[in-house]
Amino acid sequence: MKKVLVCSLLVLAMSASAFGAAFKVGGTGPLTGGAAIYGTAAMRGAQIAAEEINAMGGDIQFELRYEDDTHDAEKAVNAYNALKDWGMQVSLGSVTSKPAEATAAENFADRIFALTPSASSAAVTEGKDNVFQMCFVDPNQGSASAQYIGEKGFAKKVAVIWKNDDVYSKGIRDTFVEKAPSFGLEIVSETAFADGNDTDFSVQLTDAKEKGAELVFLPMYYQPASLILAQAQAMGYAPKWFGVDGMDGILTMEGFDKSLAEGVMLLTPFNADAKDERTQNFVKKYQEKYGEIPNQFAADGYDCVYAYYQALTQAKATPDMDAETLCQKMIEQFTTMTFNGVTGENVRWAKNGEVSKDPKGMVIKDGAYVGLD
Amino acid sequence: MTFLNFFISGISLGSIYAIIALGYTMVYGIAKMLNFAHGDVIMVGAYVCFYMVVRYELPPFLGVIIAMAVCTMLGIIVERLAYKPLRQAPSLAVLITAIGMSYFLQNTALLLWSSNPKVFPSIIGRGSFKLFDGELSVSHITALTIGVCLVIMAALTLFVGKTKMGKAMRACSEDKGAAQLMGINVNATISLTFAIGSGLAAVAGALLCSAYPTLMPTTGALPGIKAFTAAVFGGIGSIPGAFLGGLMLGVIEIFAKAYISSQLSDAVVFGVLIVVLLVKPAGLLGKMTQEKV
Amino acid sequence: MTMRRLINLKRVEARRIYLTYAVVIVAYVICQVMSSTKFLSSSMRGMLVPICAYMVMAVSLNLVVGILGELSLGHAGFMSVGAFSGVAAAVLLQGIIPFAPVRLAVAMIVAAIFAAAAGFIIGIPVLRLKGDYLAIVTLAFGEIIKSILNNFYLGVDSGGLHFSMLADTTRLLPGGKLIIRGPMGISGIQKIATFPAGAILLFISLMIVFNLVNSRSGRAFMAIRDDRIAAESIGLDITKYKMMAFVTSAALAGAAGALFAMNYSTIVANKFDFNTSILILVFVVLGGQGNMLGGIIAAAVLTILPEKLRGFSEYRMLLYAIVLIVMMLATNNAEIKDFISRFNPFRRKEEANS
Repeated sequence: MKKVLVCSLLVLAMSASAFGAAFKVGGTGPLTGGAAIYGTAAMRGAQIAAEEINAMGGDIQFELRYEDDTHDAEKAVNAYNALKDWGMQVSLGSVTSKPAEATAAENFADRIFALTPSASSAAVTEGKDNVFQMCFVDPNQGSASAQYIGEKGFAKKVAVIWKNDDVYSKGIRDTFVEKAPSFGLEIVSETAFADGNDTDFSVQLTDAKEKGAELVFLPMYYQPASLILAQAQAMGYAPKWFGVDGMDGILTMEGFDKSLAEGVMLLTPFNADAKDERTQNFVKKYQEKYGEIPNQFAADGYDCVYAYYQALTQAKATPDMDAETLCQKMIEQFTTMTFNGVTGENVRWAKNGEVSKDPKGMVIKDGAYVGLD
Repeated sequence: MTFLNFFISGISLGSIYAIIALGYTMVYGIAKMLNFAHGDVIMVGAYVCFYMVVRYELPPFLGVIIAMAVCTMLGIIVERLAYKPLRQAPSLAVLITAIGMSYFLQNTALLLWSSNPKVFPSIIGRGSFKLFDGELSVSHITALTIGVCLVIMAALTLFVGKTKMGKAMRACSEDKGAAQLMGINVNATISLTFAIGSGLAAVAGALLCSAYPTLMPTTGALPGIKAFTAAVFGGIGSIPGAFLGGLMLGVIEIFAKAYISSQLSDAVVFGVLIVVLLVKPAGLLGKMTQEKV
Repeated sequence: MTMRRLINLKRVEARRIYLTYAVVIVAYVICQVMSSTKFLSSSMRGMLVPICAYMVMAVSLNLVVGILGELSLGHAGFMSVGAFSGVAAAVLLQGIIPFAPVRLAVAMIVAAIFAAAAGFIIGIPVLRLKGDYLAIVTLAFGEIIKSILNNFYLGVDSGGLHFSMLADTTRLLPGGKLIIRGPMGISGIQKIATFPAGAILLFISLMIVFNLVNSRSGRAFMAIRDDRIAAESIGLDITKYKMMAFVTSAALAGAAGALFAMNYSTIVANKFDFNTSILILVFVVLGGQGNMLGGIIAAAVLTILPEKLRGFSEYRMLLYAIVLIVMMLATNNAEIKDFISRFNPFRRKEEANS
């Protein structure tokens, strides 16, 4: 498991130096602590992409380095500074939203370009011309979910359970609740939970059940969602479930009873079961290396490095350019280029750094994702 | 009926707090030390149980026994290496060492077992007893947890009250110096307390993760703090107090979520704790010791 | 004889205070010179302000834990109150006080006032309790503050300040700005905290604490710590003195919180949780209870340590835990301490003197 990590870092560094100079790409993410799963996944996805690119032996070579930020803004800035001392030329920002807000401000001040794999809050890119996102911004996920549920006519009465001390959950919930009425949805129940009381959901589920919600919207990560699904089944409540990209990963939890997630719908840009060659190659390599199926964080990390590859190639950038020059070139590229990756086709970026790609509606059938459309 | 259902949910949650609180309160009662690593020993116990049951496909009962053995050993080693050298040091120093130990266990777990959450297999299945034509349901795991709590409580009370070792424990708790003079091996007694407390943690871990089946390296941390609160609520050092405090904390938490606000439930829980401590400064069942001049 | 010993004691105490001031000033000058000559890595430079904030936190908590002898597990709560009120004040004052250092100073004062008020309100119930029960109630208050701030919304528009709980119902007029946004905290903070400001705050905190400790009240604090009943019997108003220490400590923590928050572009209530309270307690205990210089050094060491361990990649936090345990054992186990002090000529001289 973990020893692979050190080795791969070493191998990476060596293979990169074997071909001469490489672009120094740095990112921060939680590699320890309660959020470690997200940071680790994004880092591993990025590593696989960097290895693939380095193995091609082209002009663009990457030297990738991830630093631990323990999902904390203060530590993220420390990690960012450590990367700066190392000589980072382009940045992968931070994996989670609040740390990413803090490091994005540093990226902006230092003129180091950032492309964050998965920090989705709107404040990450707000007012910064050189910070871009690979994932959907939270408000878009909220409104896209409301639109999807409304237009497909899945339900009229909807319950929302959200995490009250989480930027991601709150961001999606806010726009969902705001947009729901305009798509003919009525929010009949809205309940929250937070760290420390995130084990028992009987109150939230009872409220949704009693108010007659036909669909429960879960803007959260999959770990609490798995508890909610299990407890709902135990109390005999079977509404439709609708999740967001944080739900991705629920099927790969070791020991998870996949029948619990039967019929769960989610909007996610990534599907590990997709049949296209790119996704299958990525999933296969990830599994070989880490023994797990990659989730959307890993996929976002993977796409980020490839997006850099494309942008750097098109900009004819060389590793001897300084961060500021690269920053200018990257801004030009990212606002004009179209990118195809495992998390979406025809991905484009707006001037403010927001990504536009089509969310894929998925439903879980027989323990696997199936396209909803 | 909704009210009763919430009450039962509260009891389920509370029984988990109670079983964790028992370990806290016992160590505190004898060694006068807040063992903040207790929650993490619970996590280790749950992981051991998980691997025994899922990877080696042992029967859950055997898994729990092995987890108990491992945690008891772990408790003894931790005590020997980190707490015993500080027997004469101020209690705060031991508290900080316990916190260091908590970080240590969490990060070791992260390296050994990765951060990916695992879904714990319930040790007795996910069924429930239905009452009143299914209007009310009490899950098996809740019933088991309360049963186990009661058994542990009775066993601990008997052990502390009737056996020679138990007498030694009480003596250490009253006055270490005098106990030493009476020929009691204070060091060994405190070590034994840790061993028992850690063994209990393994049981608590298996039950916690059976009731709320996700397992991560940080699984023990927050329930640990809640359980510590429960132990103080009931009167820290008192074994029945830990049980009562745990159950009440669970019920208050669920009621606060249901009838006040799901967003502010933690604030309500801790608010009630403060009020209780103001009325009864030593907790519900704690002994108020009068300071002598 | 007794008199002379007292005078001697005073001298030792005074020497310790001057030593603390001297170390702080010298360390500041060195860091400032190194920082402006680019000798300091960005990693170290980035940590200067948070280290100052943590030092002030350590000094302020030391007043409660070391001098007053009460265990507080919710000190980060005051830091949180200070951070949020301070940043809110700085945002509101943006147009009125364009000069950033003055705005920072005003924000820190506002933060100190709010935190002191919180300290007073919390102090009323808390100080009636003792020992571990007091500790758990401070923990509870820390959690309550976190929970409330996670549900608190504050906005400003042409009609003045608006706030709401649970959901954003402030209904700001167009052009208004939502400053505190519940669980999303505050975003887009102007980074006006600077290292000199942090050093000045630390210096002021030390002056306040030393003056308090060496006044009549300070002697009362220590009398209460060493023997509460005897202190009461000679007519000391225990609640008053406890409250005085508690409120002062809260105010300093609030100012530190404002300094800390304004070093980052974003702040959330969850940052100031139980773990942060514990971290500050670790500084105090590791540095020696009642020993201000020790706490300051411990704050610096334990903030820099995890950064210096980055080379160990995923083993970093594990090593941090081990170092923490070893340091606690080394500073508190009598045998190990004896063993170390054999190699310490400074300590031997001190012992010979006493």
